[in-house]
Amino acid sequence: MIRIENLAKTFGAKRAVDGVSFAVERGEVLGFLGPNGAGKSTTMRMITGFIPPTEGTVRVGAHDVVESPLQAKRLIGYLPEAAPSYPDMTVEGFLSFAADMRGLAGDTKKRAIGRVVERCFLASVIHQSIDTLSKGYRHRTCLAQALIHDPEVLILDEPTDGLDPNQKHEVRNLIRELGASKAIVFSTHILEEVDAACSRAIIIDRGKIVANGTPAELRAMSVFAGAVTLQASGADTETMTAKLAALDGVARVEAVDGALRAYPRDSSASGRLVRTVVELAAREGWQLDGLRTEEGQLDEVFRRITLPDTVKAPSR
Amino acid sequence: MSAGHMISTIARRELTSYFASPVAYVFLVIFLLLTGFFTFTAGAFFERGEASLASFFMWHPWLYLVLVPAVGMRLWSEERRAGTLELLFTLPIAPWQAILGKFLASWLFLAIALGLSFPVILTVNVLGEPDNGQILAGYLGSLLMAGAYLAVTCMTSAMTRNQVVSFILSVVILLFLILAGFTPVTDLLVRWASPAFVDTVAAFSVMTHFDGFQRGVIDSRDLLFFLSVIGFALFATGVILRNHRAG
Ligand SMILES: Nc1ncnc2c1ncn2[C@@H]1O[C@H](COP(=O)(O)OP(=O)(O)O)[C@@H](O)[C@H]1O
Ligand SMILES: [Mg+2]
Repeated sequence: MIRIENLAKTFGAKRAVDGVSFAVERGEVLGFLGPNGAGKSTTMRMITGFIPPTEGTVRVGAHDVVESPLQAKRLIGYLPEAAPSYPDMTVEGFLSFAADMRGLAGDTKKRAIGRVVERCFLASVIHQSIDTLSKGYRHRTCLAQALIHDPEVLILDEPTDGLDPNQKHEVRNLIRELGASKAIVFSTHILEEVDAACSRAIIIDRGKIVANGTPAELRAMSVFAGAVTLQASGADTETMTAKLAALDGVARVEAVDGALRAYPRDSSASGRLVRTVVELAAREGWQLDGLRTEEGQLDEVFRRITLPDTVKAPSR
Repeated sequence: MSAGHMISTIARRELTSYFASPVAYVFLVIFLLLTGFFTFTAGAFFERGEASLASFFMWHPWLYLVLVPAVGMRLWSEERRAGTLELLFTLPIAPWQAILGKFLASWLFLAIALGLSFPVILTVNVLGEPDNGQILAGYLGSLLMAGAYLAVTCMTSAMTRNQVVSFILSVVILLFLILAGFTPVTDLLVRWASPAFVDTVAAFSVMTHFDGFQRGVIDSRDLLFFLSVIGFALFATGVILRNHRAG
C-alpha cells in the first residue's frame, strides 16, 4: 500500500531525511522509531503530501503522492504530531467538516461520525468547543478526523503522545485492531509500543534507517539476546564466574544484582548456551535458584544504534 | 468531489468561525460606527447639500486600509500557527481551492458589513433624490476594492505565522496602493518626475480605479484592475504557501 524509495529531504544545508526506503502492506503495522530530530515527522509529512520530497518517490496505493496528490490523499488518514484542530469549532462541527472534506454526506456521514466518536471515546465531549478540551481529548479528536473515511492507509505521528496510561493503552489497542485491515505507519519513541502494537519496526537515526525488522528480530540484535542469567549457590561467585567463562561458547560473564549473566560468543552459540550452563551446574553440584535466557532488550538496541559514537564510548 | 463542493466546504467553515467569535460582531459595529462618523461628521454629508453618497464612499479606501487587514490577517497565519495548515493540505483538496474558499468567506463577511450600511441609502433617498445607479456603482466599486485589499492581506498572512506581522505588512502594501494615486501625492510627484511616469504609477493605485465607480461610471478597465489585483495576490498566496511547505 505504501512504497517509499530513496526518500530524502534537505532543509537548507541539513539533510533531515537521507535516502529512506521501505514498504508497508495491508495488514501491517509499522512502528517508526527514532530519537527526536531523527526525521520521523519529516518522512511522514512527505508520505502524506504535506511537504514535497527533495529526492525519491512515495507511492500510496497506485498513486504517486507528488504526481497525483489528491488520489493519494483520499486513501490516507493522517494524525500530525501536533494533533491540530480548529479550536473555535465543536468536536461535532470539526468531524462534520472532516467528513464533508472527504465527500461523505447524509446517512453515511452520520454513521461515520458516530463510528469514530465511539472508537475514540469522544461521546462525552461531542458538543464541546475544542479549545475547552484537555490535551488527551484534543488529540483523540484529531485521531477521529483521521479515521472518519475509514482510510486504507493510516499515518499516525506519535499517536500516544500526551495521553495518560489508560488512553495510551486504548489507542494502542485501536491501532492493533485497525492494523488487521489497513496499512499503518506510526511513530513513537516509547519502545513498549513496538511490542504492544507493531508487526514490524524501523529505527531511523539522523535521517537514515539503521534497523528494520519484526520486534523479535530487533530484540535479537541486543547484546543481551541469548545471554543466560542464573542464580545459583554451592560455590563462591569468583569460582562460578571462572567456570562459566571457561565454557565453550561463552564470551564473557558479568555479575548483575546477585546473579551471573553469561553472554554467548556468537548467535550460533546462544541456542545451546542454556543447556551447557545447566550441565555445568549439575557437574559442579551447584543448586540453581533461577535461570533464564534473555530475549534481548529493545531499549538497549535502540540506545546502542542511535547514540552518537562519542557518547557510546565511555569518556576517558 | 467537485471543486465547488470543496470550496464551499472551506468557505462555510471559515465563515462559521468568523461568527463563532465575538470579534466579528465587534468588527461589524466598529465598521458601521466609523462609516457613520466619516460620512456624517468628517465627510460633511449635510453641509454638502446634495443627495449623493460621495462623502460615504470617499472614505472607503482609508477605512479599509485598517479594517480589511484586521479581517484577513488571520486567514493563513492562524492556520500556520495552529498547525491546521498541515491538516488542510493533507486533505484531498487542491491548494487553490482552499485559498479561494477562505478568500471568498472573508469577502462575503466584508460584503455583509458593507451591506449593513444600507441605512445611508435610505437616508439620502428620504432627504432628496439621489442617483441610485451611481450609488450602486459606488457599492460595487467599494466591494471590489475591499476584495483587492483582502487578497493582499491573504498574501501577507501566508507569509507569517504572526497575525500582527501580517496586519502590518498588508497595511504597508495597501498604503502604497493608495498613495500612488492619491492626489496630494501625485501633485508632489509631478514636480520631480515626468507626468507620464506619474500616470503610470497612479495606474497601479486603487484610488485611480475607485474614482470612476464613485462617479457612477463602471469602466471595464477599473473592473479588470481590481480583479487582476485579486487574481495576482491569490496566486502569490499559493506560491508563498508552496514555498513554505517545501521548507
Ligand atoms: N521545516 C523545517 N525547516 C528546517 N528544518 C526542519 C524542518 N522540519 C524539520 N526540520 C529538521 O529536520 C530534522 C528532523 O526533524 P523531524 O522530522 O521533526 O524529526 P522527528 O520527528 O524524528 O523528531 C530536525 O533536525 C529538524 O530540526
Ligand atoms: Mg516528530
